[in-house]
Amino acid sequence: MRLALDIFTIVAVSSGAFFFLAGTVGLLRFPDTLTRLHALTKADNLGLGLIMLGLLPHVAWPFVALKLVAVWVLALVASASASQLIARKVRGRRGS
Amino acid sequence: MSSELVFCIGLALLILAVAGFTIGVKEDFAAVVGFVVYGLLLSLAWMSLSSPDVALTEAAVGGGVTGALLLGACARLRTREKPAEGHRPGWINRGAALVLCAGISAGLAGVVLLLPDPAPTLAPPAREHLLATGLGNAVTAVLMAYRALDTLLEKVVLLLALVAVWSLAPDRFWGGRPAFGYRPEPGGPLIFLTRVLVPVGVVAGIYLFWVGADAPGGAFAGGAILAAMAILGFISGLSVVPAVNGFRLRFVLVAGVTVFIVAGLAGFAWASGFLAYPVGFAKPIILLIELAMIFSIGATLALLVAGPPGRSLKP
Repeated sequence: MRLALDIFTIVAVSSGAFFFLAGTVGLLRFPDTLTRLHALTKADNLGLGLIMLGLLPHVAWPFVALKLVAVWVLALVASASASQLIARKVRGRRGS
Repeated sequence: MSSELVFCIGLALLILAVAGFTIGVKEDFAAVVGFVVYGLLLSLAWMSLSSPDVALTEAAVGGGVTGALLLGACARLRTREKPAEGHRPGWINRGAALVLCAGISAGLAGVVLLLPDPAPTLAPPAREHLLATGLGNAVTAVLMAYRALDTLLEKVVLLLALVAVWSLAPDRFWGGRPAFGYRPEPGGPLIFLTRVLVPVGVVAGIYLFWVGADAPGGAFAGGAILAAMAILGFISGLSVVPAVNGFRLRFVLVAGVTVFIVAGLAGFAWASGFLAYPVGFAKPIILLIELAMIFSIGATLALLVAGPPGRSLKP
C-alpha cells in the first residue's frame, strides 16, 4: 500500500512538472499574447493540480489536504480571471 | 551533493539572476514584475531556512503590497512624466554608486562569513520563556511580548507613512476620496474574481492572525491579506475608497496603535511597567491587541496603495 502510494506520488508529481515545463516552452515559443496565455494557463493549472494530487496521500487528513485543494482552486480562479483580463485588453487594443 | 543543497544553490542563483534583471531592465513595469518575482523567490528561500513566519511576511509585503505600491507609482509616472530619455548620470555618480554598493555587499558578505560557529543566538532563551506568555509561536512572543515596543513603533511608522502620502494631496481635494479604481465592464472577470475571492481572503486573513499565536502567521500577514481584499474591492468598483476625513475610517486606522498604547500604559497598573502583561493574562491581551491591529494594518496598507485624495467630496 505504502509503495503504491509512493509510486502514485512520483508519477503524479513528475507529470505535473512535465506540464509546467510544457507551459513554459509554450510561453517562450508561441507567437502572440493570446496563444501564450492559452499555453500558460491550461498547462500550468493542470500541472499544479497534478502536483497537488500527488502530495495528497502524504499530508494529514482532513485539514492539510483540504488546504492543498483550496490552494489549487484559488490558483485556478485567480489565473483564469487574470488571463481573461489580459486577453480582453489585448482584443480591445486589436479591435480599435 | 545532497538534493537539498542542489535546490538551495539553484534557488540562490535564480534569486541573483532575477535581482540582476530587476536592476538592469530599462522598462519600469518589467522592473516591478521582476521585483515581485524576487520577493516570492526570497520567501521560498526563507522557507528553505525553516523560517515560515519571515517567508509569509516577505510574500505578503515584499511580493504583494510593495509590488502594488510600485505598480501604482509606475501608472502615475506614466501619465504625468515623460521618461528621462538620453539622461544618464555622469561617471562620478555611477562610480560612487558602484563603490558604495560593492562596499555594502562586501561588508554584508564579510559579516555573514565571519560569524562564529555556532552563530550567537537568542532562540533558546526565547523558547524558554514561551510558557510565561501562553503563546506557542516564539516569533509572535518576540514581536508581541519580548520586543513589543518595536512592534508598536513599527505600527506608528506605518501610520506616519500614510500621513506622508495624504499630505501630497492638492488643497482642493483635501478630505475627499483617493482617485483610485476603474470602471470595469459589468459582469466581467474582475467583478467575478472579487465576488469569489474576497470572502475567502477575509477568512484567510483573520485565520492567519488567529493561528499566529501558536503557528506561523500573525497580525501583519493577516492584515496584508485584508488589505489585498480591500484593494480588489476598490479596483473592481464594487466598494468605494473611503473619504480620508471620514470618522469611521480614522477610527479603524488608529484603533490598533491606540489599543496597543492603552494596553501598554495599563502595564503600569497591572504589572511591572510599560507593555508588561499580568501573569497568566498575557495571551488574551496579546490577542486583543493583534485583533485591533489586523484591521488597522489592513486599512493602512490598502489606503497607502490607494494614494492621496484626488477627488473632491462633491462629484
